[in-house]
Amino acid sequence: MATDTHSAAEAAGPGMPQLDFSTWGNQIFWLVITLFVIYLVLSRVALPRIASVLAERKGTITNDIAAAEDLKAKALDAEAAYDKALIDARAEAGRIVAETKVGIQADLDAAIAKADTKISAKAAEGEKVIAEIRAGALENVKDVAKDTAKEIVAAMGGKADAKTITAAVTARMKG
Amino acid sequence: MASEAQGEQAGGLVFHPMDQFNVESLFGGSVSWYTPTNAALWMGLAIVAVLGLMVLTTTKRSIVPSRGQSVAELAYVFVYKMVEDITGKDGIVYFPYIMTLFMFIVSANFLALIPMSFSPTSHFAVTVVLAMAVFLTVTILGFIKNGTKFLGLFWVSSAPLALRPVLAIIEVISYFVRPVSHSIRLAGNVMAGHAVIKVFAGFAAIAVVSPVAIAGIAAMYALEILVSFIQAYVFTILTCVYLKDALHPGH
Repeated sequence: MATDTHSAAEAAGPGMPQLDFSTWGNQIFWLVITLFVIYLVLSRVALPRIASVLAERKGTITNDIAAAEDLKAKALDAEAAYDKALIDARAEAGRIVAETKVGIQADLDAAIAKADTKISAKAAEGEKVIAEIRAGALENVKDVAKDTAKEIVAAMGGKADAKTITAAVTARMKG
Repeated sequence: MASEAQGEQAGGLVFHPMDQFNVESLFGGSVSWYTPTNAALWMGLAIVAVLGLMVLTTTKRSIVPSRGQSVAELAYVFVYKMVEDITGKDGIVYFPYIMTLFMFIVSANFLALIPMSFSPTSHFAVTVVLAMAVFLTVTILGFIKNGTKFLGLFWVSSAPLALRPVLAIIEVISYFVRPVSHSIRLAGNVMAGHAVIKVFAGFAAIAVVSPVAIAGIAAMYALEILVSFIQAYVFTILTCVYLKDALHPGH
């Protein structure tokens, strides 16, 4: 069979089946059918479908990018709001700290004042006691000085009445 | 068998590089215009391939495409951009026709790379019809769209007046040579590559050179993959260029 076709081809053309014009009609017939079918398939089904898919994808991508822009704007807003809240909170905290400080200071001042009054009361009491003790001591010293002066006067052989001695001692002590 | 025996007697080699291009009836008998031949079979397979690539892969219409769908989209965008870039916005109307040409040539070329296959695009009968279809369409379209102004394509108004008649003759000749070069380029490339592979295969019968021959087949095969695509691309882009001349004549 191979020989038959080979020799047939050789008989028809100079060794090139392409130049065997007896098969051209057949090839052209089938080629036209093929091209027609491919054209129908492409123009009716494949190309519109792919075009719609590409358009849809483009639309989706555009929408997604727009949505992403929106979300980004929202995120920026949220960040700004967060920052503002943070700053507010800081200010509030500072205010509370200052208020608390003032309150503590007032308490402290009150406590210090109270303590001061207590201390001064105690100090006055103490001074009073000291003054009493001192006065007591002076009295004692006067008595001792009177007695000593009387004894000394007596020892010197004199006689002194209590009134004179007392006056003398008092004068001396004042001096 | 007789001729093969002859070949073996002559030098132990069998060279029938052109046998692969024989158009034969699938069921025996002579080839008339309607006979289902191997040419018809492989063109039919080209239809199946186009259907598989462009229709079956895109049935889901996914926004995130599958592998098959991205190839279909790639082919679509590739040809669409080509038409848009070369012929301009008003050439988009002819996109389905150009896509048909491209898809047919590219699938026929790649199917022809299957061993034992038949390559429709290696036949002048096929490529001449394709080229003449483009030529006639473009010429008629040029006259319909532009009337006699279409003849301005041959009258190089930017050249000196004395030179214009000479240039006009050259332009007319080059215009009519277009379908010839357009068809022979495609068929010639495909045929030559396949014939060379067959010749290498013949050499593979000699044990000493068979590794070289097989390496040669592999190399040629790789080249043919490239050629299959490039020739389809070239045919399509030239169609776009001719279409641009029809839509916007003048230099």
